[in-house]
Amino acid sequence: MSDRTNRKPETGTFFARDRGWHAPALTPGYKTSVLRSPQKALLSLDGTISEITGPVFGHSLIGELDNDLIHNFAQVGESAIGERIIVHGRVLDERGRAVPGALLEFWQANAGGRYRHKKESYLAPLDPNFGGCGRTITDEEGFYSFRTIKPGPYPWPNGVNDWRPAHIHFSVFGHGFAQRLITQMYFEGDPMIWKCPIVNTIPDHQAIEQLIAPLDWVNTIPFDARAYKFDIVLRGRRSTMFENRLEGN
Amino acid sequence: MVQQLNYLKETPSQTAGPYVHIGLTPNFCGIGGVYEADLGSWMVNEQTRGERITITGRVIDGAGAPLKDALVEIWQADAAGLYNSPTEIRGAADPNFSGWGRCPTSAEDGVFTFETVKPGRVPYSRDRLMAPHITFWIVARGINVGLHTRMYFPDEAEANAADPLLARIEHRHRVATLVATGAAPNYVFDIHLQGEKETVFLDI
Repeated sequence: MSDRTNRKPETGTFFARDRGWHAPALTPGYKTSVLRSPQKALLSLDGTISEITGPVFGHSLIGELDNDLIHNFAQVGESAIGERIIVHGRVLDERGRAVPGALLEFWQANAGGRYRHKKESYLAPLDPNFGGCGRTITDEEGFYSFRTIKPGPYPWPNGVNDWRPAHIHFSVFGHGFAQRLITQMYFEGDPMIWKCPIVNTIPDHQAIEQLIAPLDWVNTIPFDARAYKFDIVLRGRRSTMFENRLEGN
Repeated sequence: MVQQLNYLKETPSQTAGPYVHIGLTPNFCGIGGVYEADLGSWMVNEQTRGERITITGRVIDGAGAPLKDALVEIWQADAAGLYNSPTEIRGAADPNFSGWGRCPTSAEDGVFTFETVKPGRVPYSRDRLMAPHITFWIVARGINVGLHTRMYFPDEAEANAADPLLARIEHRHRVATLVATGAAPNYVFDIHLQGEKETVFLDI
């Protein structure tokens, strides 16, 4: 299952999560959170071996088109309709170190804001050549990229007239299960971002900005696809030894 | 002036939303032909060592309704108490055991199911073991940050009584929220997101 590298495995426990930077569980503006948020305090414990460890996936998992959403569901010779883009960036930890071998999975609506899911009933049509899922694994320096079409905004039953900004969902595995993260990427300049009750579950303006990918003009491929850059930061690991516990580094 | 620490901030979490299946279990929601199989849909094969068990359960909201759009992942040691992770430095885990599983809750009744093995005990410190347990991580529409919890075993009363994490639960009646019901090999672990039976969730 795992790709071994020459790097010594890191066994330090993780930096505590800054729960004031993340959204709280109860955010009534996002209605579904009301009945799905724990009301009692979380039980805090310094990470144990059960959270320091985590599954790591080999590059052999990844198929040739897994990181190309324009083609991975399309008929032969066809491609998805929409604004062709490349999304790329790096996965780092809070210490600024690259996270190699991180599995990223992404999913999104099509150019019209329609998801390929049986529970979705928005009237915008499906694109027969667009599935909406992809995945990749970061390289030795933590870099990743994938190719897709820019998703459209879509309406959702929260407020009377709530629309999600264009977004791509990301799921990330680092090296420890405590780093497990699901988030959403937004696009620079989208005026919908600041109106969205899901975006606004995050209390800190700078934290929201961390989810907005800038247009990366220099990486745009002429006559092919524009580029957006989205770096992802996972929890850092402590570097210090800890007494009477599992070995530190 | 002192030096700057220059630590980065963790990327903030956002909800997985109702269509999490498109990305994480596309075959489950009818998107075929992209991946051969959904990741995490198997944990064991014929050669896996240890006692086979099945875990079923539901994720239940504050009104008592099971979530039919949640996604549950589990992470655990093998039967010998070793993790299949590059960070495991105590030895090599069973190569026929993934240690990690992923299952969406059913759109009909909200039940998730894992076919796995009973984990061995793992250390908490040099001289202290934890009771056998499985780490759970739950994401869904309405959950802003994935929820971590643990499942312990009802037939491990002695080990559970000595478990360092369970010992930290101040309100002792809540310990039971982390202990599965049922009996080997079929365990049941219902997760209550809020209310009277609220599961103990972890900041870990």
